[in-house]
Amino acid sequence: MTELFMGLWSSYGFPLLIILFKIMALVLPLIICVAYLTYFERKVIGYMQLRLGPNTVGPFGLFQPFADAIKLMHKEIILPTAASSFIFIMAPILTFTLSLVAWAVIPVGAGLVISNVNVGVLYLFAISSLGVYGIIMAGWASNSKYAFLGALRSAAQMISYEVSIGVVIACVLLCVGSLNLTDVVMAQKKIWFVIPLMPMFVVFIISILAETNRAPFDLPEAEAELVAGYNVEYSSMTFALFFLGEYANMILMSALTTILFLGGWLPPFQCSFFSMIPGVVWFAAKVAFVLFIFLWVRATFPRYRYDQLMRLGWKVFLPLTLLWLVITATVIKLTGWTASMSTGVLS
Amino acid sequence: MTFQIPIALITFYAFASILIASAVMVISAKNPVHSVLYLILSFFNAAGIFILLGAELISMTLIIVYVGAVAVLFLFVVMMVDFKAPGEGLSGSLKIVAGLIGSVLICETTFLFCTWQSSPFAKEGLTNPMPEGRTNAHSLGDILYTDYFLLFQVSGLILLVAIIGAITLTLRDRTRSRTQVISEQVGRDPKETVVMVKVKSGQGVSHD
Repeated sequence: MTELFMGLWSSYGFPLLIILFKIMALVLPLIICVAYLTYFERKVIGYMQLRLGPNTVGPFGLFQPFADAIKLMHKEIILPTAASSFIFIMAPILTFTLSLVAWAVIPVGAGLVISNVNVGVLYLFAISSLGVYGIIMAGWASNSKYAFLGALRSAAQMISYEVSIGVVIACVLLCVGSLNLTDVVMAQKKIWFVIPLMPMFVVFIISILAETNRAPFDLPEAEAELVAGYNVEYSSMTFALFFLGEYANMILMSALTTILFLGGWLPPFQCSFFSMIPGVVWFAAKVAFVLFIFLWVRATFPRYRYDQLMRLGWKVFLPLTLLWLVITATVIKLTGWTASMSTGVLS
Repeated sequence: MTFQIPIALITFYAFASILIASAVMVISAKNPVHSVLYLILSFFNAAGIFILLGAELISMTLIIVYVGAVAVLFLFVVMMVDFKAPGEGLSGSLKIVAGLIGSVLICETTFLFCTWQSSPFAKEGLTNPMPEGRTNAHSLGDILYTDYFLLFQVSGLILLVAIIGAITLTLRDRTRSRTQVISEQVGRDPKETVVMVKVKSGQGVSHD
């Protein structure tokens, strides 16, 4: 009996434990990052608007995220009587789960990835296209006009900008020749893709702002018209899950930008001093930089009008990205250059 | 002594049973929005079964295309329609047609359980046997973009024609609406459009 148990333990229990440990090692820092991103946002926007931002709870207001979390947990979860209760509760859970699940394929350093799958880029694209369901379900299940309008806006917006995100990713993949995220990073050993694909980088940054419903494209939660959009009926932890999901998605999209354009965990130059700094630190620094762009844009630009938003997505970004895709393919065909050939990552 | 847990088998049956259960719920749920949500669940489980088959590219494409785009449009349409009045159900003749189609489909599915043998020459008939060490994406890419490049392009063109047709059918004359010309707005010269005036107190400005 004990032999059977030991056999089970060594062939199934222990590997399972290791996988669980890996997941915890990724998710816990991520959740702390999400908490501190809210603090970072309030501080950065505060300084940009000549204010101090949160500064009372703890030194420099550093405990503010915990204070917020405790406050949210102590509030009551309100279930509107006309709401479809199961979907109403599922929506925030789905949003939050999806924002964490995507991290399974993100390589934060050389070999530091939970699952190094062949189709990592497509997996990320699939998960990010699912994010819209959390919002639609919330808007529909709330049985409120404001929430529903916000949800519909958001769905249309996310679908529109996914198109250009998809084409931009295709551009990068043409240069790499593989759908594996580790290969994408290793292909940038000589030159980060942000330099040869500069216009696509700009399009991608703007598209991820729209995809994560952030300013200047935060129409789904336009306070002035929709009071808060799809999450107007939510309170307490259900609201907190939406909030955390949004910020985790911001970090995820920044990580994707880092991997696709900014060379992932690679240092900018191959010199001994830069190589001494571990890859995770480079990765985190680049992600923080992209996140700063998110906040910088929020503090700088006014909100888009809805027709302008759609015009930008369909009439400007789509033709531009398609054109650039053709140019990239032509250049690669004519010069015979692919990053995978130059570094030999792929057989 | 080793006791093997058939993980692949357990996963397969989990996916398959949820897939069938949610497919049944699609047609039996009272609320159409719930139906669409069950449909999405069944797409997901189908994608899971594809992963078990080792067809990771198809599984991801299934999620991106069907769950990420098609089902969203379904949801859009279903949510917009008012379903407050209880449906009458299908009329008698439609019921017969539906029953016929359903029974034909069931018959076809039962053929799967007959013993099948692939012809010994089937392997030669394959246009592109999957080479060892090639990923799904590479093999599919070879077939679509190298071997059958022209056919693929033509099918894309047909879809393009369909899109243009749909747009022309629904496009209404927008002569009365004012569209924004952004280049015109951005191209305006402040010197021509803005006048700086020093206003003396108590006098105001006359407008010409």
